Amino acid sequence: MSANFYFGVEVFLNGLMAGVMYSLVALGFVLIFKASGIFNYAQGVMALFAALTLVGFQNGQIPFAHLINAIFGTDLHHFGWHMPAFLAILCALGVMILFAFIVERYILKHLVNQEPIILFMATIGLAYFMEGLGDLMWGSDIKKLDVGIPQGGNIWLEEKTAFLGGEDFYGFYLDNLDIWATVLAAILVTSLVLFSQYTKTGRALRAVADDHQAALSVGISLRTIWVIVWSIAGFVALVAGIMWGSKSGVQFSLSLIALKALPVLMLGGFTSIPGAIIGGLIIGVGEKMFEFLIGAPFLGGATENWFAYMLALLFLVFRPQGLFGEKIIERV
Amino acid sequence: MNAIDSYITPDGRTIGAPVMEMKNITLRFGGVVAIKDISFDIREGEIRAIIGPNGAGKSSMLNVMNGFYHPQEGEVHFRGEKRGPMRPHQIAHQGIARTFQNIALFKGMSTLDNIMTGRLTHMKTGMFSQIKWWGAAQREEVENRELVEKIIDFLEIQTIRKTPVGRLPYGLQKRVELGRALAAEPKLLLLDEPMAGMNVEEKEDMSRFILDVNDEFGTTIALIEHDMGVVMDIADRVVVMDYGKKIGDGTPEEVRTNQDVIDAYLGVAHD
Repeated sequence: MSANFYFGVEVFLNGLMAGVMYSLVALGFVLIFKASGIFNYAQGVMALFAALTLVGFQNGQIPFAHLINAIFGTDLHHFGWHMPAFLAILCALGVMILFAFIVERYILKHLVNQEPIILFMATIGLAYFMEGLGDLMWGSDIKKLDVGIPQGGNIWLEEKTAFLGGEDFYGFYLDNLDIWATVLAAILVTSLVLFSQYTKTGRALRAVADDHQAALSVGISLRTIWVIVWSIAGFVALVAGIMWGSKSGVQFSLSLIALKALPVLMLGGFTSIPGAIIGGLIIGVGEKMFEFLIGAPFLGGATENWFAYMLALLFLVFRPQGLFGEKIIERV
Repeated sequence: MNAIDSYITPDGRTIGAPVMEMKNITLRFGGVVAIKDISFDIREGEIRAIIGPNGAGKSSMLNVMNGFYHPQEGEVHFRGEKRGPMRPHQIAHQGIARTFQNIALFKGMSTLDNIMTGRLTHMKTGMFSQIKWWGAAQREEVENRELVEKIIDFLEIQTIRKTPVGRLPYGLQKRVELGRALAAEPKLLLLDEPMAGMNVEEKEDMSRFILDVNDEFGTTIALIEHDMGVVMDIADRVVVMDYGKKIGDGTPEEVRTNQDVIDAYLGVAHD
């Protein structure tokens, strides 16, 4: 086999792993959309906010320090000790659960039975609010996130596979962070699926996703379920925030990963968890392979930026419900 | 009839004290009066039917009973106590289960899972023990599963246990929905047109199940039905509604001979 073939395989593997990162974001959208029919525009900002909170706790920052200093003329910055990563993650998770309660109490509760577009607008408002709140709490400078996940190329894999190609081939280059992300995402999805299949709360979640009235009639509280769903979405956002934040730093542009989740959702369908995973993988592999095979040699490169959206557009034309979404049947 | 504590049906069952009492219920949607000053009771162990022509307010009445609608006037008493403002899921926890006119099943879930959701009001394990799974949560799941299997046997739907209910034919879906309501072991079971859209054979099956439920589990049942014939066969007492008002209340025999009821069904002009 020529070295070029193995380069192709390497691109494919990297595409898969990039896809996992997209899936992580898309997953948060699907969870909320299934349970409440809300397209949560704020999912990307939730990831940013979770990552900011995590970094803040790790660095021992005092939340709202700037605000407090400006009002009281104090000079507070840090509370003195650096939280270990594990504890900081737990605290950030706590904040996301608290956030879920607040969203339910002050937004969703008042918008029950409203048009989807109104709920969508509410989440746009929520997105901007959280963006501002994140800056206010933790400051707007770019932060480095390190929770102890190894980064950089995996030397072991590179050495073990170097013999495959000819002299031009030095072994597969895979980033450790991507490998970890893949493993964590697999664990996350497996546990989510097990939870929703085999526990009573999971069953209640699926019930609410299917039929609100019937769910009420068997004694399921919609409000409790919404808090649980937003908490889980907050947890998924935290995981996505950790992964993307470790990769490219915690800053405003982190919230834009939501844009990459859109084509994933159009491919996989808005209502399917496996769809979000497989959609992410297809987009990840698709854009890397397209760049490698067609983009770079023939189109002058930089196709990764638009490939996903083109693919989504094709899907909108030929299969609007996505690969796994519920078919839209309109009775006339 | 309301003055006495209990009565005995022609087929020899003893009907006890009222489980639910509706007192002077009035329900309005904006300017439209859906239910106007209606009172009646449902007694322990009886099959109580609410009938009436289209738009008489029967479904609205059922929705008041299970808390989907809140009446502007009147009181609902359940098991001797006045019911305060409650949300539908809390009412489900009090022991009122229901089915819907246009089947409201969880279409993506299997028959078994659908009926298991009916057990939710009886399952108490917390979030953490569910995440841990082994121990309390698993034990609870197994216990409740046993009762659900009994209901599946009772309704003769063993063969479709694992089938997603969205794929089942209409008659079977109705039966699964009944199973889900039964799984809650309700104190009061509300059935919204359990036989709507069924053929004669399916109607006979469903009537038999309703009678068996009442007979074997002693479940109190209130049902809405269009088909007069079926109602007269299975109900102990019947409330007749027309244009939001109660125009008749009594045994099937009494109702059948009531002139207002006959007029309502034959369509005499209203003044």
